[in-house]
Amino acid sequence: MKKYIKAILDKKDRLDGRTFDEFRKPITISNEVSNKAEGSARVKIGDTEVIAGIKVDVGTPYPDSQNRGNLITNVELLPVASSKFLPGPPGPQAVELSRIVDRGIRESGMLDFEKLCIREGELVYNIIVDIYPINDAGNLIDASAFAAVAALKNAVLPKLVDDKVQFGEFTKTKVPLKIIPITCTVYKIGEHLVVDLNKDEEEAIDARLSIAVSESGNVHAMQKGGIVGFSIDEVDKAIGMAKKCVEKLRKQLK
Amino acid sequence: MAKILVKERNVVVPGQELADGMDYLPSEGAFREGEKIFSSKLGLFNLDGRLIKVIPLGGKYIPKKNDTVIGRVTDVSPKIWRIDIGWAFDVVVPLREGSRDFIPNDADLTKYYDIGDLVVAKIINVLSPKIVDASMKLPGCRKLGVGRVIKVESSRVPRIIGKQGSMITLIKDATGCNITVGQNGLIWISGEDSKKERLAEEAIRKIEAEAHSEGLTDKINNFLKESK
Repeated sequence: MKKYIKAILDKKDRLDGRTFDEFRKPITISNEVSNKAEGSARVKIGDTEVIAGIKVDVGTPYPDSQNRGNLITNVELLPVASSKFLPGPPGPQAVELSRIVDRGIRESGMLDFEKLCIREGELVYNIIVDIYPINDAGNLIDASAFAAVAALKNAVLPKLVDDKVQFGEFTKTKVPLKIIPITCTVYKIGEHLVVDLNKDEEEAIDARLSIAVSESGNVHAMQKGGIVGFSIDEVDKAIGMAKKCVEKLRKQLK
Repeated sequence: MAKILVKERNVVVPGQELADGMDYLPSEGAFREGEKIFSSKLGLFNLDGRLIKVIPLGGKYIPKKNDTVIGRVTDVSPKIWRIDIGWAFDVVVPLREGSRDFIPNDADLTKYYDIGDLVVAKIINVLSPKIVDASMKLPGCRKLGVGRVIKVESSRVPRIIGKQGSMITLIKDATGCNITVGQNGLIWISGEDSKKERLAEEAIRKIEAEAHSEGLTDKINNFLKESK
C-alpha cells in the first residue's frame, strides 16, 4: 500500500482524487456539545471527528508568572476512535498531539494570559482544554487543533463566588482572545508535500510539519515529526500550502 | 406440525423464535433448543429447503473452511508465515503449504513472502478460533503486487461478487481493472489508471451501501456507464 500511494502521488493524483492542497469535505463545526463545559466544539473533517471541551478553573499562579493565567491541554486517544488506540495512560502519540495543539495556542499568543489574572500573585484562571478524538480517519492533528480553537472561541468564564467556581453557572464574559491561529499539517511522502491525509495515506508518511498561522498570515508555531528532513525550499513550500489551507479553514470558523 | 414463524428475508434479532418443530434444521446463525429454532444473530432470515439460516447484517469476519481470503503477512518464522486477515488471531500458513513449488527445509522464507506482503490464501482448517490454517498451494493463491486495498463489510462480499461473479465481472469489464475479492472483506484493485481504480472503488462502495436493494446489477451498470 505504501508503494502504491507513492506511485499514485508521482502521477499527481491521490487515492480519493483530491489535489495535494485540498482538505476533505465536508468540514463541519458545531458548538452545542456540552452545556456543562465553558466551551465546546465538535469538528468533523471528512470522516475524522474530534470533540474538544474547555473547563475554566481558578488557582494560584506559577512563581515565574505571577500575573498570568495558565493553559493546560490534554488529549486522550479513546479506543473508540481507532483499533490502534488502547485504554490506559497516554502514549507518545497522545502526548505529542497535545503538545502540538498546546504550542499552536500558547506560542501564538491566542489567549490573553494577563487578562486571565484575577489578583496578581494570588488568583488566576486556569484554562483546561480537553480533546477527545471520536473517529480517527486520518489527520487527527489538524482536527484536534481546529476543535480546540473553535471551542476556545465560544468559551466563557464561569461565575465566581468567594473565589470559587460555581459549577454549571457562567458569566457572559468570553475568554479573552487576541488572535485565532489555525494549525495545518503538511505531510511529506517521498518528495511530495500533501495536506489532510486519510487513514490509508497516513501509513506512507516520511515526515510532517505542523504550522500554526494567524489571521494576518504570520506563522506562529511549527513542529516537525518523522525521521526524514525538510529542505529549506520544502519548508517554504509547506508554509505556502499551510497558509492557503488555513484561509479556507478560517471561512468555516465563524 | 412444523411451521415457520418468520417471512423470508425479514430482519430477525438474537433470541427470536424462527421455527417450531423438527422438520427444519438450524444452520449458520441459528440454533435449536427443544423443538424450537432461534436466531443467534441480527440479520436476514433465509430458508433454503429445510435449512434455516440467518445472514448477519454486519460484524467481524469469521474464518470458514474453503474461504479465499486476502491478508497481510505479519510474521515470518523458520517454518511458518503468519497472516493477518482481520480476524482476532493471525492465520498460520505452514511451510509445506507455502507454495506450489518445492520449498527446501532450510530456505529463507522471506524470499517467498516477506512481512507486509499482501497475499491471497485459502483457509483449509479451522480447529478453534485460535488455530486457523491456510494454504497458498491451491489455485488462485498468490502474492499480490502493488495495488489499492479497500475494506468492506464481509457480509456484503457475496453481493459484490454477484451470482457466478456477475457483478464483479461487470466492474472489471467497465473499468479494466484487476480485482480480487477476499471473503474477509478485503478487496485488491489494480489498474493502469488511478481514475479507473477510483471508479471501481466507488462502484464497490455503492454496492456495499445498497446491498439490500433489488435490481442492483442494473443500477451499477448505469452508474458505471454514466461515470465514463
